[in-house]
Parts: sequence; C-alpha cells; structure tokens
Amino acid sequence: MRGFRSGSGILADLNPMTAFSMTQPESSTERRSEEVPLPGPNVLRGWLRDMMLIREFEVRSMQAYQNRLAGGFLHVYNGQEAVAVGSIATLRPDDPIITAYRNHGHALARGMAPRVGMAELFGRIGGCAKGKGGSMHFFDAEHHMYGGHGIVGSQVPLGAGLAFATKYRDEVMDGGQSNHVTLCFMGDGATNQGAVHEAMNLASVLDLPVIFIVENNFYSMGTAIKRGTAAGGCLTDRACGYDMDATVIEGMDVLDVYRGMKPLVDHCRTSSRPSFVEMRCYRFKGHSMSDPRKYRTHEEEEQWEMRDPIELLAAHLVDQDQLTGEAFKQFGKEIREEIREAVKWAEASPPTPMDELYRDVYTDKWGLYTGTSVPEFLKRRSSDREDDNA
Amino acid sequence: MRELAFRDALREAMSEEMRRDERVFLIGEEVAQYNGAYKVSKGMLEEFGARRVIDTPVSESGFAGLSIGAAMMGLRPIVEFMSWSFSLVAADPILNNAAKMLYMSGGQFGCPIVFRGNDGAGGQLGSTHSWCVESLYANVPGLKIIIPSTPYTAKGLLTQAIRDDNPVFCLENERMLALTGEVPEESYTLPIGKAELIRSGNDCTIVSFGRPLYFCLEAAEELAREGIECEIIDGRSITPLDIDTIAASVCRTNYCVVVDQSWSFASVGSEVAAEVHRVCFDDLDNYVYRVHSDDVPAPYAKGLEQEMLPNARKICEAVRSVTYNA
Ligand SMILES: Cc1ncc(C[n+]2csc(CCOP(=O)(O)OP(=O)(O)O)c2C)c(N)n1
Ligand SMILES: [Mg+2]
Repeated sequence: MRGFRSGSGILADLNPMTAFSMTQPESSTERRSEEVPLPGPNVLRGWLRDMMLIREFEVRSMQAYQNRLAGGFLHVYNGQEAVAVGSIATLRPDDPIITAYRNHGHALARGMAPRVGMAELFGRIGGCAKGKGGSMHFFDAEHHMYGGHGIVGSQVPLGAGLAFATKYRDEVMDGGQSNHVTLCFMGDGATNQGAVHEAMNLASVLDLPVIFIVENNFYSMGTAIKRGTAAGGCLTDRACGYDMDATVIEGMDVLDVYRGMKPLVDHCRTSSRPSFVEMRCYRFKGHSMSDPRKYRTHEEEEQWEMRDPIELLAAHLVDQDQLTGEAFKQFGKEIREEIREAVKWAEASPPTPMDELYRDVYTDKWGLYTGTSVPEFLKRRSSDREDDNA
Repeated sequence: MRELAFRDALREAMSEEMRRDERVFLIGEEVAQYNGAYKVSKGMLEEFGARRVIDTPVSESGFAGLSIGAAMMGLRPIVEFMSWSFSLVAADPILNNAAKMLYMSGGQFGCPIVFRGNDGAGGQLGSTHSWCVESLYANVPGLKIIIPSTPYTAKGLLTQAIRDDNPVFCLENERMLALTGEVPEESYTLPIGKAELIRSGNDCTIVSFGRPLYFCLEAAEELAREGIECEIIDGRSITPLDIDTIAASVCRTNYCVVVDQSWSFASVGSEVAAEVHRVCFDDLDNYVYRVHSDDVPAPYAKGLEQEMLPNARKICEAVRSVTYNA
C-alpha cells in the first residue's frame, strides 16, 4: 500500500493559523481512517494516560527548571504528545526509536520511568544517563530509545544506522527477513540540515526499514517555517526526491496519528523500504525556557490550544462512552501523584558522584579512566542477562 | 568611561564596521528577526535591513560555505554560530575552504571573513553543546583565533577581525555576555597577536585565554594572601600567539602556569608550554604547569561540570605546586 505521492501540492502556502482547515479535507490519513481499526478502549485510555503523564512531567520539569533543580536547556513537548504516543503505539517493543533534544515525550511514551527522566534533569546518579546527558540527551537501552540528540539533524543519519543494523541482524546474522522498524523523529527545522538529506538518500538506496517523522510544529526556534524552509508548505516533496512514500498526518489527534502510522509501520516491516511522514503539530510553549515567543500571535496559540491532544482524545472517549468525567479526573489525580513521586524520588537520588567524571569515557580502564558501568535503573536487567549467559 | 555589556560591545564593533564598510554583513541563525539567540545582534536588523542582517535556516554547512563564497568575491561576512559547538557541522567549509583558499589559489582568492559565537562549557548543556574549539582549530594553519575576555577587548579585537583580510574565528562565551566593563564610545582596534599584562607580580606567571581569566584573578587574590604574587597575562589571541609578551614575563618570574579551558592533549596549553620551554629554558625554575578541562566529554550534572572545568582551586594548586621550590 502506498501513501500519497508527494508533489500533489496540497498546501502551497503554509500559515500555521490556517493549517488545520487546510489539512483536514485532503489529508491522506482522512482517507485511510476507515480502513485502520483502532485498538480497544483500554488501550485508548492508556494513550490518554500516557499523554497526560508526559504533560504533567513537562509541567514539573518547567517548575524544576525555574527552581534551578534542573539546568542547561529545557525543551518541553507540551502540545506534541499525540505524535510520540500515537506513533510509538504502532511499534513492537523491540523496534528502535531516535529523536532530537525535545525528547522527554518520546522517552516516556516508550516506557521510561518518569522518575528516571526526572533524575536526569536534576543531574542525579539515578537518571537515565546517570546525570551525564541532561534534558536534551535522554537514553534508554531497555526501551530501545537511542537518544535524545542535541545537534539539530544529527540523529537522522543515526536513525538510518539503527535501521541498517536491525536489517543486518535480521537478514545476515539471523538468516531471516528484515522485520524491525525504526522511527526517526526530527523537527521541521532539522529538514534543512545536509545530514538529513544524506540519510534519506542512503536509506532509500540501501532499502532501510526506517520511517522519518518530521514533527512540523511550524517553527524552528523563532523562524517560522515559511521563512526558513523552501517549499515548507509541502515537506513531503523532499521525500519524492529520494523515491520514498510520503504522508501528511494531523499530529494533534492521537487517533489520526495511530491510523496514519499503523499501515506505514506494517508496510515498512515487510517491505524494508523507508518512508517519510510529516506530522502537523504545535508546541504550546516556547522553544526553550528563555523564549518570549514574540514571533507568533496569541490568536494562533489559542487556536492550536483548542486542538489540545489530551482534550481531543478525552472528548472522543467520552463521546464513545468509553470514559466518564469522573474517570478522567481520577486519571489526572493519579498522574499528578505519580509525577510527584517521581520528583521526590529524583530529589532523593544522590547528585552524580565525582567518580563518574572518568567513567564511561572508554569501555576499558587506563590512565584515569575507570571503564564503564550500566546505569542503576538497568542494573537488574543486566544481571539477568549475565544469568542468561551462564 | 562608559560601561558596556560584553554582548553590546560585540554588537557595537559589528555595527560600526557595517556603517563604515558596505561589504560587511551579518548572517546566521536567528540573528535578524529574533535579535540573536543571545541578543548580540539586537536592533541590527532594524538599522541595516534584511539584506545585510540575514536569518538562515539551521544549515551551518550551507551558510558557512555560502559566506566563504561571498568572501572570495570580496565581501566581508560576519558569520554567527549560535554556538561554536554547531560549527562542527560546518567543519569542511570553515577548515578546508576558509583557511586554505588563499594558499590553494596561489594567492588569488582571499577569504576576509569572521566566524563568531559562543565557545566553552559552563551552562550544563551536555557534551554536544559544550565544545571548547580553540585547540581543535588552532591546529589548522590559515586562520586566526581571537578569544576576548572583557567587553573592551571584545570590541577592539572584533573590530580588528572584521578589518583583517584573513579568516578570523572569534571565540566568545555565553557565560560572559552579560559581563560589563569600560568600553570607549569611539571605534578602535586592538592588534590580533598581542597579549596583555593584566596583573603584575614577581612570583609566577599565569597565562590565560578567554573566560578562565576570571578564575586566574580569583586565584591570584587567594595566593596573594599566602604571599605568592602572580603575574597574569591575557593571551587575547591564540593564533598568532604572542610568545614574546609571555616569555618576557616568565623570564622575570621564572615560573609559569598556563590555563586553557580546552582539553589538555595537543592543546593551546601544551603549545604555550612547549614555546615557553623553548624560549625561557634557562630562566625556568620548574617545568610549565597546565590547567585544563579534564580529558572527558562535558557532563551535564552541575557538580561534575564544575569539577571538570578550570577553576580557581585548580589554578591555586598548580601555582603552589610549580613554585614549591621557590
Ligand atoms: C547544528 C545545530 N545548530 C543549531 C542548534 C540550535 N538549535 C536548537 S533547536 C533549533 C531549532 C530546531 O527546530 P526544529 O527542528 O523545528 O525542532 P523543534 O525545536 O521545533 O522541535 C536550533 C536552531 C543546534 N542545536 N544544533
Ligand atoms: Mg519545529
């Protein structure tokens, strides 16, 4: 099955103010929505909880940043939750994902424990990278989350590499057929990096099972897409140049995301062909914590806030009698409690000790270097593995 | 004299040069409408217009290369990297094209260009965003590197850099942009390749580049209380290196500590040490000590990052150690 071919010019002029109304009628997801069955209400309520968890995590990380518990740069995911939750829901647990620095949502959607993420923000040994990576560099081997990458675009060739490796393992080492899918996320601004184009060409030439997902939130820092990206109204045209199928998905509605992504992921798994997805979405907050957002209007923000992915799904579930207002409130309570616990746990985790300075630089010990060790939150798993080997 | 913030001193240098020379323009990410990610170029779009203050997409390799092409045609671009960490994406154009154009063309095409932006760690940005590029780039012939440490030197050195006919890398530091100091209102230049004596003392020479100057001053205060008087030299530029000024001091104090915020192996610090050993061999009472960032990627956690970077404590320890036999 094919997504619509790019070049159809559905959106020549791209204004974030009017983008919705323009995507709705023509979007390919709309056409496909009938065909793709949704999972049952339990799963959908799970997505709702996941999105609420991400939102609450971000609320608390912003607080922590203001209270100087977290430092560095903080880029929150508010508004884009449906993209990570809906697309990761179409994967198998052992399919790799990789993304940029706005990565908390992807990590949590993939199953990272919030406390481990929070501890990373606080620079604690209990963090997902032992406090060495920080907000922009979340990693979680257990959940096949290959980072959190700070340099715009740099994760995209790596994403092609993850797909190369799954294919290599499946075909060369296991003698079977390629049957993994890599999701490689990036921002709209990242599409202007040369590395992204090199990666897309390579993925196509080498038939790599990777889906490049552009989270088009219409801004690259303070640069509106139409100022910085040629033919930004039709990002999918880029995929056409690399002989890849391309799809536009309305990224504020997790059901649209799931319905749009599911056939693409299934097709990618069997065909081992790369494809390209533009997810139209919006970041509700500034680019980072120091951004006064003077480059966009309140009206525009309000319009998108009306499409809050959490509220959209909640409304859908209520509408379908799959959620009561009571239950929704209860979710909120439970999640606030869960994140409060996560913050507490993170605060109790000791600051990354000095002997970590020279650990993990090399795998072996020499000079001042003390070799490597897996983070605390993976220790149990790694000892399991040793048992397996014994 | 009037006080000015570091970022405003940088802007004044750029604006003055853009007023006096139409060939000069500013290009980079968020430099125009956003007034610069760090507000260095605030108001410049308004004064000079969108044809001379140019916003780019996130395409470092592209806009660095484009600017080098423009410089070959005789324009004088100022290219802002939001961070020198991002210049790694543009390594080929800045190191291969800018640095070697004059040589490879047998003197036909020069490359009068300035690349500038934030260098160094200290903001808990993690290792991808915390590069100290001075040692990496100092290894490349064909370019000059300035590293101002005060608003006064920022304006003077950057003005000179824009007038220079060679590629000049200006390493600024986000941690210092709000720092204020006296800056003349009129236009002036400071020579590239000339170090400056910041503090006099007879017991030990400390040579520093960029931000660590402040840690050196802090250390000197503490050491003075112990009876050790340090002479501090601000290198101001890395290539060319003003070994004469450094040597003149070391030959009097007989001891030398070099403070360089980049990593130690094959570094600015090791180069200065080698030169001091060569020039001052007979006058040295101990070998040259060096203070660097620890040879590890920059960690995020605050405590670790602080420990990794040069600081006053490390400098004091180095000075005490080097002068133990005084
Ligand atoms: C190579 C590089 N250049 C510049 C930056 C600074 N920077 C960080 S995010 C960003 C904008 C990226 O926008 P986009 O890809 O649309 O992602 P979004 O922030 O919208 O999620 C920029 C310029 C960087 N991190 N890396
Ligand atoms: Mg964006």
